[in-house]
Amino acid sequence: MLALLQTVTRIGEPNTVAMGFFFLFIATTLGITWWAARRTRTTEHFYAAGRSISPGQNGVALAGDYMSAASFLGIAGLVSTTGFDGLIYSTGWLVGWPVVLFLIAEPLRNLGKYTFADVVAVRLRQTPVRIAAAVGTLATVSLYLIAQMVGAGGLIRLMFGIRYEAAVATVGAAMIAYVLFGGMLATTWVQIVKAVLLMSGAAILALLVLSRFHWSPAALFAAAADQYGAGVLAPGRLVSKPLDAVSLGLALMFGTAGLPHILMRFYTVPDAKSARTSVFYATGLIGFFYLMTFIIGFGAMVLVGPAAIKAVEPGGNMAAPLLAEFLGGTPFLGFIAAVAFATILAVVAGLTLSGAAALSHDLWVSVVRKELAGADEQLKVARIATVGLGILGVLLGITFKGQNVAFMVGLAFAIAASANFPALVLSIFWRRYTTAGAVTSMVLGTLSTLVLIYLSPTLQIDVLKHPTAWFPLRNPALVTMPLSFLSGIVVSLLTANQEEKLGFDGVARRMHLGAAEVKG
Amino acid sequence: MSDARLHQLAATRWRLQIALTLAMVALYFGFILLIAYDKELLARLIVPGLSLGILLGALVIVSSWLLTWVYVRWANTHYDAELDRLRG
Repeated sequence: MLALLQTVTRIGEPNTVAMGFFFLFIATTLGITWWAARRTRTTEHFYAAGRSISPGQNGVALAGDYMSAASFLGIAGLVSTTGFDGLIYSTGWLVGWPVVLFLIAEPLRNLGKYTFADVVAVRLRQTPVRIAAAVGTLATVSLYLIAQMVGAGGLIRLMFGIRYEAAVATVGAAMIAYVLFGGMLATTWVQIVKAVLLMSGAAILALLVLSRFHWSPAALFAAAADQYGAGVLAPGRLVSKPLDAVSLGLALMFGTAGLPHILMRFYTVPDAKSARTSVFYATGLIGFFYLMTFIIGFGAMVLVGPAAIKAVEPGGNMAAPLLAEFLGGTPFLGFIAAVAFATILAVVAGLTLSGAAALSHDLWVSVVRKELAGADEQLKVARIATVGLGILGVLLGITFKGQNVAFMVGLAFAIAASANFPALVLSIFWRRYTTAGAVTSMVLGTLSTLVLIYLSPTLQIDVLKHPTAWFPLRNPALVTMPLSFLSGIVVSLLTANQEEKLGFDGVARRMHLGAAEVKG
Repeated sequence: MSDARLHQLAATRWRLQIALTLAMVALYFGFILLIAYDKELLARLIVPGLSLGILLGALVIVSSWLLTWVYVRWANTHYDAELDRLRG
């Protein structure tokens, strides 16, 4: 079987089409960076693209920031090997977006400047709040970055036959170039190019699949059931423990609204209305993309087969590329491989920029220099932070080579849901939130998530190979998110502060009317 | 600028935000709990090939988008107009 497959698939061999598309993507995005670099002169340009991005552009860029290679390759792989169970993930990755719109996007745009800490700190004491928020941000960003880097190295090695370390270093060099020289403007356009490529690649793949089933998704699903039993259309063993599913669901739903690189995008548009509109576009695009994963996943199951997919890579991650090869030959395989690479590059660029903002804007400018840093110094520190984070990302990627890091994305979402999201919601909507309450909810949210994930079956059994785990849930959000809300509320009530409470009235006005209106 | 009217507008928006968020929570966790507790129901075929589970999964995605549409439509018409009046 394996020998046969090796003659059938050209995955892992140097692929001229893939290389061609890949160099075209790098050349285009570096061209964009060169163009953007000449327009990046202040921190407002560097962090927020001069607030010049239109709602439509930002909607596409949000989708680009959010749809990682893990969701494209991973979900297509899960659906192709498990059927319906994989679709549970397709829905889970979308349901956070309405929450972002309803609770976060507009207040964030009106209250903040570059980071979500701006919003939490707006009427509270700057230093403690910003330090706590930076801890939450950097924890989320580093975990997400490790998962992407390790995924990138493995993926590129598998697809192009390049060495793991070389692949990780290439990704790191390109992302540093985008962010360092082109700031948010270049990062935004890299996201847009990537999102268009990913959406069109997925759409072509889905259309080619449907063309073989009389353009009927039901006929495709029926063919899957004929070959692999009716079980592939029904829930299987994935949700055997309801509490696990609910806990993961909480992390996905509320973690999206706490991801620093997503939140940062709302500062790139001119006003709150544009922020609102951009989430509407993003939700539509991402939803459409995840609907396509239904077709692509089942298409790979019927046309390629779960056994052949797992033979190439046990995790099933090569389902979409194998399907592309089956339907469009080596050239289409090359295109999809290049798209997957572009996807990773764009996501890590967005992550690095948001981490750099936490380091330079929150920690250096606000905490260390107490807002006394000049414009040039701010920009310089932001760039130093970018290079530092980029190098750290490469080193972490190499350190975690060969490790099972899939859990880190779930962990990043759990921290975002348990540290960043409660602090944001309470500071926006609750008058009596205090500095001590904010710090408690963010620090306790981050620490409890880290400790519980360490004690969970995800780490104890899957990674460390221990027979049992102390904590039963695979994702801790069900415990840590309520803990963060509760501790924030209790500590705020215990440390009631009249001044901070009075500050809320100004915040409430600005939340609706925007900073410019309130000042005027 | 009238503070009372801004308070009223804020309260209206708060109720809508909470209602829509709860609707989203109910939709998604309803789907998850059905998966956990009634696998047979979701395995039922609506037409050959299309199980209720797949249909509901697609509907969760579509309805998430519809909920964002409801909010954006309300905000673009009522909320923005009221803010414009408040700004005078």
